Amino acid sequence: MTPILEVRGVTREYGSGRTTVTALDDVSVMVLPGELVAVMGPSGSGKSTLLAIAGGLDRATKGQVLVDGRDLGALDGKALAELRRRFVGYVFQDLNLLATLTAGENVALPLELDGARPRTAASRARALLAELGMAELAGRFPEELSGGEQQRVAIARAVVGERRLLLADEPTGALDSLTGETVLGLLRRQCDNGCAAVLVTHDARYAAWADRVVFLRDGRLVDQTAPADDLHGPRDPEAVT
Amino acid sequence: MSVRHSLLALLEQGPMYGYGLKSEFEAATGQMWPLNVGQVYTTLARLERDGLVKADVEADGQGQKVYRLTGAGRAELDAWFSSAVSREAAPRQELAIKLIFAVRSPSADVGKVIQRQRAATMRSLQELTRLKADGGGGDDLTAELAWTLTLDGLLFQGEAEIRWLDLCEARLAGTAPGAAAATTAVPASGVDPAAQSEPRSATKPTGARAGGRP
Repeated sequence: MTPILEVRGVTREYGSGRTTVTALDDVSVMVLPGELVAVMGPSGSGKSTLLAIAGGLDRATKGQVLVDGRDLGALDGKALAELRRRFVGYVFQDLNLLATLTAGENVALPLELDGARPRTAASRARALLAELGMAELAGRFPEELSGGEQQRVAIARAVVGERRLLLADEPTGALDSLTGETVLGLLRRQCDNGCAAVLVTHDARYAAWADRVVFLRDGRLVDQTAPADDLHGPRDPEAVT
Repeated sequence: MSVRHSLLALLEQGPMYGYGLKSEFEAATGQMWPLNVGQVYTTLARLERDGLVKADVEADGQGQKVYRLTGAGRAELDAWFSSAVSREAAPRQELAIKLIFAVRSPSADVGKVIQRQRAATMRSLQELTRLKADGGGGDDLTAELAWTLTLDGLLFQGEAEIRWLDLCEARLAGTAPGAAAATTAVPASGVDPAAQSEPRSATKPTGARAGGRP
């Protein structure tokens, strides 16, 4: 199975000389179709940098990033933009939706940017929202939606079309526990349907929805939990520590 | 709470009388968990029976017993430090006690104790989350709700434990003598190689690295 995301020995440095700051230091992570991987770690540990590099929004100083088997470093600006648009969806803590468009129009937007006719895009967006149990939200503007509803619409927009890699940066940051859970439930469901997702979170309860949890500390990967499948099996404690 | 292992940890630092063990334990744990002398001597008798400690009678005629750790006792202590506390089986204080003694112990790697526990607790949270997602399976809504609430409670406890462990780690990195030791030791075996596409270098200095991003 081709991994949807493969981060190989990635280092990201900012600045140069004595003021060099290493945000990521030789980090490797692989995400297969159907997998949800959570990234945890203290502020400044490199979580958001990892996400930005995985999504082609930032370039690695060293190492390789493969999305759907394609090396992002080998793509020119145009090809990278196209891969990002067609294959990668982003969900952030806030400012996800365009305020002047309805929920349905927000979800349709990536399809239109990708060349779909407005009417086709609109009907596909409505169909997706209905499939995700949000049919009634399609005609509403972001300011008429609750925080949780906005994040669920943002997830719909992130996966609309053929996009398979979902990158979520603290999508539950401003939400109460119960609402956060519905957002995670939707993210989990997208993965169960074949997407791959990377979730950056401070919150162990939300990270627990993931198949694997990666801990970053000072730009380095310090430990991982087992794949969910192994939870019941006998484990060598040394293998995960 | 594991009195048994706490006594072994104290004896790691040298032979002691039973009463001395009681006072040392209480001093080490900030009087949070007072022990009665009877409990200490019963535990010591069992440890002696199991060959984990050896008791010598003092030659001063008072007949006081001095306890010391045996090889088997040291192995038992190592096993305690190198395993995670089960959330199901043990009261939470055992973890606090384990950390207290790991900090004092010349042989325990506190960073690893924390990291191992965090991974184990995270796995337990994943398991609870899966149970919650699967639901109770029955038609009884009240029972279903009670099940969910119980799981929620355990999830919040686990989350709190992870946050606390993160804080412990941060404090150790910032204040302990030879501060970086706890965290620099962690990456050495920090990654399950099977989950990685490429082997990673085991020992890299991290001293020069800044913690933040611009």
